[in-house]
Parts: sequence; structure tokens; C-alpha cells
Amino acid sequence: MRVTITVNGTTSQADVEPRTLLVDYLRDNLELTGTNIGCDTSQCGACTVHLDGRPVKSCTILAVQADDSTVTTIEGLSGNGQLHPMQEAFREKHGLQCGFCTSGMIMAAVKLVEDGGDLSDRGIRERLEGNLCRCTGYENIVRSIRHYAGEVESHAPLEGDEAMAHHRTLQEAEELAARRQS
Amino acid sequence: MAVVRSPFAHARITSIDSTEAAGMPGVIGVYTGQQMRDAGFGGIPCAWVVPDSDTKTPDHPPIAVDTVRYVGDAVAMVVAKTETQARDAAYAVDVDYDVLDAVIDGHAATMDGEPQLHDDVENNVCFHWIVAGGDIDAAFAAADVVVTDTIINQRLIPTAMETRAALARWDVAMEELTLWVTSQNPHIVRFLLSLDTGIPEHKIRVIAPDVGGGFGSKLPHYPEDSMVIFASQQTGLPVKWNESRTENFQATSHGRDHRQEVEMAATSEGKILGLRAKVWANLGAYLSTASTGVPTILHGLMLSGAYTLPAVHEDVYGVFTNTTPVDAYRGAGRPEATLMVERMMDLVAHEIGMDPAEIRRKNLIPPFTEGHEVITGLVYDSGNYEPALDQALEMIDYPALRKQQQAQLREQGRYIGIGVVTYTEICGLGPSEVAGAVGFGGGLWESAIVRFHPSGKVNVMVGVNPHGQGEETTFAQIVADQLGLPVGDVVIVYGDTDRTPMGWGTYGSRTTPVASGAIMGAITKIKDKGVKIAAHLLEASTEDIEFADGKFSVKGSRDQSMTIQDIALAANTAWDMPEGVEPGLEASAFFNPSNFVYPFGTHIAVVEVDPETGEIELQRYAAVDDCGPIINPMIVEGQIHGGIVQGVAQALWEGAAYDEDGNLVTGSLMDYAIPKADFFPPFELGKTETPTPVNPLGVKGVGETGTIGSTPTVYNAVIDALLPLGVKKVDMPMTPERVWRAIRDAEGGH
Repeated sequence: MRVTITVNGTTSQADVEPRTLLVDYLRDNLELTGTNIGCDTSQCGACTVHLDGRPVKSCTILAVQADDSTVTTIEGLSGNGQLHPMQEAFREKHGLQCGFCTSGMIMAAVKLVEDGGDLSDRGIRERLEGNLCRCTGYENIVRSIRHYAGEVESHAPLEGDEAMAHHRTLQEAEELAARRQS
Repeated sequence: MAVVRSPFAHARITSIDSTEAAGMPGVIGVYTGQQMRDAGFGGIPCAWVVPDSDTKTPDHPPIAVDTVRYVGDAVAMVVAKTETQARDAAYAVDVDYDVLDAVIDGHAATMDGEPQLHDDVENNVCFHWIVAGGDIDAAFAAADVVVTDTIINQRLIPTAMETRAALARWDVAMEELTLWVTSQNPHIVRFLLSLDTGIPEHKIRVIAPDVGGGFGSKLPHYPEDSMVIFASQQTGLPVKWNESRTENFQATSHGRDHRQEVEMAATSEGKILGLRAKVWANLGAYLSTASTGVPTILHGLMLSGAYTLPAVHEDVYGVFTNTTPVDAYRGAGRPEATLMVERMMDLVAHEIGMDPAEIRRKNLIPPFTEGHEVITGLVYDSGNYEPALDQALEMIDYPALRKQQQAQLREQGRYIGIGVVTYTEICGLGPSEVAGAVGFGGGLWESAIVRFHPSGKVNVMVGVNPHGQGEETTFAQIVADQLGLPVGDVVIVYGDTDRTPMGWGTYGSRTTPVASGAIMGAITKIKDKGVKIAAHLLEASTEDIEFADGKFSVKGSRDQSMTIQDIALAANTAWDMPEGVEPGLEASAFFNPSNFVYPFGTHIAVVEVDPETGEIELQRYAAVDDCGPIINPMIVEGQIHGGIVQGVAQALWEGAAYDEDGNLVTGSLMDYAIPKADFFPPFELGKTETPTPVNPLGVKGVGETGTIGSTPTVYNAVIDALLPLGVKKVDMPMTPERVWRAIRDAEGGH
């Protein structure tokens, strides 16, 4: 079947088998191997991407279901030679060890913060239910997300380059987060 | 490549018909175990055969030849142009089986009349190993109190987030092999591969970059490694295998799985006198790479724990069953020892009415800095256990928690439990002489090459293989700090046998303690050579040159100096070298530690149990760990966090379950409960820092302490909560159903 999918800003077409999963399309057809496959039952969340702005596990979606859709993968998150601030936060707070869950975790985390809601330690833990990590014990993942959240709460969510230009240094963000907590 | 796997736990293969599969789209070849055998491929070797035992090492063909022995055992492989085509065709391979009775339980398998897995292994007993010390009979004769328990240290499934993969490329003209594989120890895999594939070691290159977690499960040399090699030789093509998560559950090694019958003797004042145990260690269907060492050396020798134990006797039976092979899983033997000891300590405390923290304090080994021999024969390196206990008790405000909060809440019908564990563990494996003496088929030293490029930038090549622990950062810090370099000027190279010197790999919390010794040795050589070159170029004597902050200076004349980058350029150009000094600024060193290292600590957990539902809430978790001087606090904390989570998971959620026929019931992430983020509160971490004398930086390992300490801590906390309800025991994992049943049974309802 023919699909037309816009991935990280580039639209491409391909003939795929009807059973092709979106994650396999991303990895095998587009060679975007930043999205990982960690299970075969949609539990682990390693394959989380954004589909039309929503976080989805790309192993639960057929490529044909994503026809005429817009997908952002971990490769599309960073740009202009800079990491996305969430990626920076994971690096700053040691939010990853082996790194296998990380791309899915970051894609989920970006939307988690963007969607608002409870950004307390408990609130983040409860909303990370769909993503498994076997290395970090989650503590530093939660810290990373809170670190990032301290940064973005201060202004309206911005998109793309504008957000990049606007983002504070991590140290400033940390101080901001600390002030908020006290 | 896709693998056809046995759906039966025990069966004879009567025929394999690959006609249909061979004709399917994209299929290049279908291969069987007999074909591999005919091509000269041997069985998968076991690298650890415990001496002073009667260990049997039955053949482990990479693909079963006539008999399958566990669900998931390989029966055939299909090579096709795409993974999907290979998997489709694998379903079409028609295998006929003559199904045999299976035996799953490691204790039951030793009984007469049970199914036999291997012809030459009577009653499925692979080995009987004994650890003994002191006068155990006298200890029990003198005891005021004897407590007993049967502990099921259940089977766990490591479940690294990345499943395994292997890609072989056989170069037919050069007769050289490149294998990309998810391994914790590429040099060991290369060595073992040379044994079963027959390819000489110097013509094998094993590449294992950025491996996605291991926890011991990527330590073994697996059948699929050899299968892709065989397939590449047969087809003349590179052949890749990606393990599915379902396969990972069935065909990647499991951990733990002990039945332990234990008794402890003690005085009425709470002094422990002796520990006696019988252990049946379920090894699965075949011996995996390190499987016999885990329930013996890494378990039995640690039964003294952090305590002065006058006498010990343990019989360990290693048993074959129709289950997935068992090997190292985070902690590997030490969690099985620590839970046993810490459970007994609590039972004694309860029996004599002593506080669990107090009985531990009473039995702790006094501080020592230069070695302390325990009853099992091990010599602990250094330890000072009581400050860690005090710190943990203070962090959690133990007296208040115990006396006020706990008592008060119980009056309100709320059941709060507190678990306290003081542990030590053996890691930093280890002296190579001991490795040889205990039957490990390799060395346990490490090596490193520190190489300065002309521009002053540095590569450090190591034989260990970090796969998430972060030693590439830790090592860069060490090199930068010692040589006065910006940390960004140092890149650590690992994960490729052609680019790195020999090393025995990353497991057993050995990477930093052992490899840092090699790195330090190379750094010393670099400094010594730098002094010679600087003395020559600055026209001073070597005795007058000092090195600090990245500069070689003439003593008392700081303006007469050269940076290490200057020296690197001078050495690499070699325009003007001192007589007898070789060009280049590069050094190689080997480090064989004089002993293992023994990190230690105290963990405390607070749980609340809902007696109506059996649900357990982990409310607080405090851990004070001592892994010697800390190089990178963030990395150390990260290791402890992850370790705690895996250990708590054994106490509360995780457990592999087989049905009677040997089907793995917990065969997916839907059924096997690896923990999620909201299962935990934030952890409260403390530390003490007691250096070890056995390596230059005094560092101990920290990869497994969290796991080793946390399972008994949470177990004891839950039982502490349940004691007022008359419950002294709940098998792990302590699921709500089991807790609820235990409460109901204690009430005498059933």
C-alpha cells in the first residue's frame, strides 16, 4: 500500500506491506534508528514518537494508519546543531544510563510537560507509566523532566527555533526551579 | 535470520521438514543443528567449572540436534533477505516432536523417578558443592535459639531494555570473522567463540558498542552468536539476528532460582553462632557461561555477610531442569546469600525480642583496614560498618519511627513495617589467581592503553565494556584529573576487540575497581616518560622535574616548564628525544588486583501494608552505601537508584513462572512485572567512604549494592508490618494476593 507521511518536516512516499508497523517504517524505510523497539506487546514505550502532535507508541500504529500524518521522531527534536532542552536536561541530570529507553522517554516527557498538569515528582511518575526504564530506577528521569519543566514554565510554550533561541542556560533554569519549590 | 524454537520443554525431535519454508519468498537457507555439527561447530562452552565438586558439563549444541530441553531451545534457523521473511518462513518449518515429561522445579528434579535431562547426569544434579568453616555442630549444640526457614529465592528475568542482537560477517577470502553482538564482554566472547566455532581467535573481531543494558544477561556466549556465524559462512552474506522480546524472555539467561533450607543458631543475647543451609540452585537446561560460579563462589562464600559468624556449613546442589538456562543477574549469588542471612537475622531478633537494628549492630565485624578473614575463607578488604548503620538510622529517624509512628499507627489499624539490613558483598572480580583457583576459565585482570596524539588529545583504550554504567565518563575524569587535562580532551575507547587491549569485561561491579588500576598504571608510565623528556628539553635533571596541574616544571623555577601537551608534541615528533627514550607518548599497563573489594552499607525501608487487600506501599527508602572514594557522585547515585529498583522488584513484583509443562507463563512484559516510575518514592541516599587497599584509587564497585541490599530490606519491612497479624513469612514476590492469603491463613480462616 502507498503511504505519504511527513516525518521531521520531510514528506516522503513509500509502498509498504499493510502489516508494516510505523516503527519499522521509520527504522527500515527512513533509517531513523533513533526510535527503538524494546518489546512486542506495546508495554515499554521505547518507540514513542509524536503523531500529529500526540505521543504514540509507534509499534502500535500501522504505517498505513499514519498515512497523511505528521510524525516527529527523536531525530526531529533537535536542530540547528543543538539538542532539544529536554535532551539537555536528561544529560544534565543523568536521566539515562544505557540509553535504550531514552528516545521514547524524551518524546513522552516533552509532551507530558507540554500538556501541563501536575509536574510534581509524584505527578510525573504517574504519567510516565507508559515508558519503562530498567537502568535508572526512574529517579533521575523524573529529575530531568522537572529540571526541564522549571525552564519552560516561565513562558508560553514556543515552537522550534524560537524555543531554542529563548531557552535559558540550564543553571538559570535550575535556580528558577529551586526558587519555585521554596 | 530467525530461529525456530521449541514449543515443548522436553521432547525428542523426530523430523524437521523445511521444504515449504525453503520455498518461501526471500528465503536463502534453512539450517539445523546437525548441519552445524557436521560443519565442525561444537557445543557452547561453559566458562566456569567449580573445582572440588563433581560438576558435569553436558553438551550444549547451539541448535538442538535430537532433543529439546526447554521452551525456546533452538531447533532450526531460517536465513532470508528480510527479517520479516525469515520469521514468516520460520513458522513454516515443520518439526515433529515426541514429547517427553518435563521437570521444572530445581528441588523436585533431584528426586528419583523424575525426568532426566542429560544421559550422564544422574538425578539431574550437575554438582554438589560444600562450603564449611568452624565447628557447626558445636555451634548448634551451644545455641539458645535456633531459627529455620525455607526461602524460595525466585527466578528472575533480567529484561534489559535492549534485547539481544548478533550480526556476523564472514570474509571467505581472508577467513576472518567480524561479529557485532550485544555483549558485556567482547573479549570473552571472542575467546569462547574460538573454542566452539573453530575460528582462530586472532581472526575474530567482536564489536559491542553502546549495548542497551545487560545486568548479567549479556555476559554469556549465546547459541545465536554461533548460529549467525555459521549462516554467514554458509551463505557468504552478512547475517543478522534481532531477538524479539518474546525470545528474550525464553532464550536469554534468567537469574536466581534457589530453594534454600536454612537454620541459624544464636544465643539469647543475640550473638549469632552458626548458619547451616541446603540450597538447590536451578541451573536451567544447560550450563551457561558463568552459571556454576554464581550459586557457589558468589553465593556460598558470602554467608558471613557483614557479621562475625563462628561456623558455617552449606551444601549447594546445582540442578538441571527443563527451563531457560540460569546465569548471572545483577548481584549474581550475593542477593541469594544476603537475603538468606538477613532473613535469619530478623528471625533471631524476633525470637529473642531484640530490635532488628540492634541485633545487627551487635554482630557487625569491627572496623578493619587491611583485611579480615571470615569463616568461609574470604578475606574482606576493608570495612567500617557501624557508621553506615548509624547514618541510615539517623536519616530515617529510626527511634521515632519505630516507637511512636509505628506503634501509633498500629493502634489505628494501619500496618507500617520497617526493614533494616546491613550488608557487604564481594565484587571487583578479582585476583586472577583466585579466578583460576575457583574454576573460572579466564583471568580477571584488566589492561589499558593511554595514547597521547601530537596535539595533546588523548584516547584511552580499555578491555572492559561499559553498557550504561558510565565508566567512559568516570575513566575520562580519572585521566583528566591525573594528567591535568580538560576532561573533554580524553575519549575512552571500548567495545571492539580490534581497537582495545585484552580485558575480561564488565560485570561483577569490577569495571572501575579493576580497570582504573590499569589506567593508573599507564598514567604513571606517561608521567615518568614525560619527566624524562621535560628534563632533557629544559636541561635539568629528572630529579629536579615535578609534575602538577598538567605541567612539568623545574623545581623552584615554575617559569621553566612545559605543558603535557608540549611534551606530547615533542614525543610524537621525536626531533629531540633524550638518549634511550623511545618516541611517542603512549603507555600500556595491566592490573591484577590483590583481592576482591567489599562495598557495604545499611538500607532501611518503610512500607505500609493494607491488610484488607494485601497491597504494599513503599513509603520511604534510605540507603547508605560505601563504595570507597567516589569519583563521580551522579553516576554512583544512578547505579544505586537502578540497583534498588531491581532489588525491590524481586521482593514485591517480579518472578518468572512456569506451568507444569514448562511453558513460561510470564513470557512477556504484559505478564512479567518490571517496575514503573510510580512504584517508588524518591530515594534518600547517604554515604560513607572507606577506601580499599587493593587498588590505587581505593575504589569499590557500586553496580550491584543497591540490588543486594534492597531485596531483604523490603522483604523484612513487609514481614515487620505483618508480624502483629501473625504472619512471619510470605514467598517472593510478595504480591497483594500472597500477602492477603498469608494474613487470612494466619487468622486461622483456612
